[in-house]
Amino acid sequence: MDGDIRKNTYDDGSTDFETGEQKIRNFNINFGPQHPAAHGVLRLVLELDGEIVERCDPHIGLLHRGTEKLMESRTYLQNLPYFDRLDYVAPMNQEHAWCLAIERLTGTVVPRRASLIRVLYSEIGRVLNHLLNVTTQAMDVGALTPPLWGFEEREKLMVFYERACGARLHAAYFRPGGVHVDLPDRLVEDIDQWAVEFPRVLDDIDTLLTENRIFKQRNADIGIVTEEDILTWGYSGVMVRGSGLAWDLRRSQPYECYDEFDFKIPIGKNGDCYDRYLCRMQEMRESTSIIRQACAKLRVEKGDVLARGKITPPKRGEMKTSMEALIHHFKLYTEGFHVPAGEVYASVEAPKGEFGVYLMADGTNKPYRAKIRAPGFLHLQSMDYICKGHQLADVSAIIGTMDVVFGEIDR
Amino acid sequence: MSEAQISEALQELAAHIEMKRPNDVLSSRIAFGELTLEVVASHIADFSDFLRVDAGCRFSSLVDITAVDHPTRERRFDVVYHFLSMYQNHRIRIKIAVGEQDMVPSLVDVYPSANWFEREVFDMFGILFSGHPDLRRILTDYGFRGHPLRKDFPTTGYTEVRYDEAQKRVVYEPVNLVQEYRQFDFMSPWEGAQYVLPGDDKAGAPRKSAEGGK
Repeated sequence: MDGDIRKNTYDDGSTDFETGEQKIRNFNINFGPQHPAAHGVLRLVLELDGEIVERCDPHIGLLHRGTEKLMESRTYLQNLPYFDRLDYVAPMNQEHAWCLAIERLTGTVVPRRASLIRVLYSEIGRVLNHLLNVTTQAMDVGALTPPLWGFEEREKLMVFYERACGARLHAAYFRPGGVHVDLPDRLVEDIDQWAVEFPRVLDDIDTLLTENRIFKQRNADIGIVTEEDILTWGYSGVMVRGSGLAWDLRRSQPYECYDEFDFKIPIGKNGDCYDRYLCRMQEMRESTSIIRQACAKLRVEKGDVLARGKITPPKRGEMKTSMEALIHHFKLYTEGFHVPAGEVYASVEAPKGEFGVYLMADGTNKPYRAKIRAPGFLHLQSMDYICKGHQLADVSAIIGTMDVVFGEIDR
Repeated sequence: MSEAQISEALQELAAHIEMKRPNDVLSSRIAFGELTLEVVASHIADFSDFLRVDAGCRFSSLVDITAVDHPTRERRFDVVYHFLSMYQNHRIRIKIAVGEQDMVPSLVDVYPSANWFEREVFDMFGILFSGHPDLRRILTDYGFRGHPLRKDFPTTGYTEVRYDEAQKRVVYEPVNLVQEYRQFDFMSPWEGAQYVLPGDDKAGAPRKSAEGGK
């Protein structure tokens, strides 16, 4: 414990020489909340024996905004934008879970074109997330160039977000019953063109990092996760796949129309930071291939992007001629739609892991209770377990590989 | 798998659990392709251990713990557990009803990942977990009072913080809203109003003109 006088014994049987006035105790430091490698507002209280981490106590909640409380007093549609603000690195994937929960309670069937658009943008979100994570994790362990290259691509993807819904970050694009507006044909072509070029950029980042001596030294054999750990700590996403378990909700519990896409689930062998890095790189390649497939399908599949009904707005043109449509539009955006009573847990394979929403509806226009289950919450929880015995410098590598974002952890 | 297959598999699972643990399970139901079991609150730790080890269940990972507040009920809280089996590829939801003074057995010994979830439920609802190693607040501020996700806790909270230029530090003050907190009632008056609408009070009264006038 902190403050204790410790006496170390070494391999050759010798012990620390101790004079009368000498006192050796462990050293406590605060890592964060403003540390750039803390990936947000994380405060870690670290107890160090020299450079070895003995105890790690994460203090979270510095970005707590009370999302779940706020959601109880807002309508279902008004709650949607809160999901962009959870994991702000890949906003649309979060919205997806919320939409799925509502659609399951109301029994809405999403039109096929909307479903394809959702898959397309979910995968763009995955690339957005992994680009940020891989490159900034590299920065945490000393590489400066990767973020510059990665963010250039992220910028292009942000533009695709913007062209679809008008916002670069807080999209509010996935709506219960479909997506807000249809994609123009040009945009689909541009996304496809980007997906053709992107593997080259990935290869470039690959040459920077994969065989880089320093990067390997900092990541290989660091933060090893075993199958046992996965179960005890409730990991999901890349934290699972990096250790050799091919667990992916897109494959094992398919939602939307993922079952008709052809993609592979990359897995690691050793479960260390380096394998998780490799997994993420490979997942980006797989996502690019899904994006290309989705674009190809979108070229053929035309039609409406919203399941017209009680929970979606009427077409603009209809509102010009139909009084009922006008009333419906007004009621939808003031009172909101009513969701039949019931409870449901909807989860998606977000880039960081299993993102879930437990929604309890009581038949009114507001959720009675909505619980957001963020993957990073469980990952960060095991910091003490994972970091114990590692060097102080490895802590930042481990935080990076856990892929934590405080928007979703603190909620 | 189709909807029918899923619900059949869940029914089998529910029957299996109810057969093995007849004393724990109070009720079970399947809705929206999900199995929900209500369980005796004091048996939860033992029961979840059964879910984890039993070969037919193998709910290896704990997905989520949360609670729901029903202030009108006698035992006002529902603690809701979600489990997932990566091996059998199925999910389950366990609910226990808890009163305000009740202690819930902690799951930390069975699932170490329950640690932060239980801290969060304690923080947000004030439900105490017995046997939890470190039941501190987790999401709210240091020194926070009250349990925000209870239905009787106002959304605005009770205190607000601001930086005081004179004292050169952050100060805590009682909430002072410059504008009343906007809680609109958007429900259609002819469907959702909980109060008597103006004019409706006359509906039950006997009409004077019907007999007296003639």
